[in-house]
Amino acid sequence: MIVGQIKNGIVLDHITAGKCMEIYDALGLADLACTVAVIKNADSQKHGKKDILKVFEVIDLDLDILGYLDPGITVNIIKDGKVSERKHLSLPEKVTGIIRCKNPRCITSVEQALPHVFKLTDREQGLYRCIYCESKAK
Amino acid sequence: MISDSLGLISPQKMENRMKHLIDVLDLTPNEIEDLINTAKEIMEEPSAYAQVCRNKKLATLFFEPSTRTRLSFEAAMYELGGHVLGFSEAASSSAAKGESVADTVRVVSAYADIIAMRHPKEGAPLVASMYSEVPLINAGDGGHNHPTQTLTDLLTIHKEFGRLDDLTIGCCGDLKFGRTVHSLLHAMARYQNIKFVLISPEELRVPEYLRKELLIKKGLDFEETTNLESALPSLDVLYMTRVQRERFFNEQDYIRLKDSYVLTKEKMALAGSGLRVLHPLPRVNEISVEVDEDPRAAYFRQAKNGKYIRMALIMKLLGLSLEGRK
Repeated sequence: MIVGQIKNGIVLDHITAGKCMEIYDALGLADLACTVAVIKNADSQKHGKKDILKVFEVIDLDLDILGYLDPGITVNIIKDGKVSERKHLSLPEKVTGIIRCKNPRCITSVEQALPHVFKLTDREQGLYRCIYCESKAK
Repeated sequence: MISDSLGLISPQKMENRMKHLIDVLDLTPNEIEDLINTAKEIMEEPSAYAQVCRNKKLATLFFEPSTRTRLSFEAAMYELGGHVLGFSEAASSSAAKGESVADTVRVVSAYADIIAMRHPKEGAPLVASMYSEVPLINAGDGGHNHPTQTLTDLLTIHKEFGRLDDLTIGCCGDLKFGRTVHSLLHAMARYQNIKFVLISPEELRVPEYLRKELLIKKGLDFEETTNLESALPSLDVLYMTRVQRERFFNEQDYIRLKDSYVLTKEKMALAGSGLRVLHPLPRVNEISVEVDEDPRAAYFRQAKNGKYIRMALIMKLLGLSLEGRK
């Protein structure tokens, strides 16, 4: 099979080599009915190796999840065979429901309905802390 | 007063939001100065404030017992002419039936004008503040924050020295788990020419994250030592803390470390006449009772200050002033 050019869809480029399946799972791509191409260890001028995901349909993406999992990803939106939009990701200021607080003394440990929210407190080190108890994300 | 520490609230909503106190760093140094000044004015003429909170109700929601803090809040409200309602332990609240903090606070908001909340779980008052329709004060959340204790400490230092700048502050005892020390370091780090001397056994040193993210990152002047005697002569403030049994998972570690530092009359002789000894109380044996008579022992004055700073805080959060009531 040849992975052809996308007419309408999304290409996630510059995924850190080895991370594409984690992103595939996090975005729930297995549930899509359209074609999804997983390309591992493609040659990259910048990074040596990279992974790529091609989704042959335009879908809603949670850029916070993507940015948190792999901030170096480039998101290309393809329309009529051309890149209509290109987004460079960065670490999101806040993530909800992605990281779980593991501090047994945190209020989230007893109140199950509370959303687990983490805030970026050090961009250089990619450090996130729970907004409730300020524990580091692990 | 509270900044959007959650990052969850739109700027529009923030404008309409009432004020809470969750973390002492929610207050700017100017706001702290205002509170200190109000507290001092109340001390000078308490009778003038006896009706400031007339017809106002404070709800004390104490999901874990803390007699000292609760009584201080209650005394503060009574002395302002207000009323107090609430509970002093989770067993006598709806939490025992499994009610969430959010629901409890929604209901209590309908009965009281202001809430003081203590909870064993870290972050519970922050959650409560997201749902409260009246101002909410964090009266301690586990080992996390206890902002009114820190305000009490700041008022005491200001009263004893007339300033919050140019001080050498020694913190002694449990610097690892002691939340009062952590908050004090954060709060005092915002003033000029402060030096910290951190005195503790190796096992109870200031946590790594605090050393890296506060002391080193902000370029603060600090030293760590295990020797109280050698540190004493250089100190303006000695902030003593108790090694708390409840912070240890291992009883043997607690027993081994609990008597690490005991401040005695002999050790006080090594310190200067300007030293002031503070302690968040309760103490166990880390300060000998013989030190109590020393004029440099400021910890009972500190406990008294706690009531006045809480009076000032209640007034501020309710938007009340002496002028407004006259």
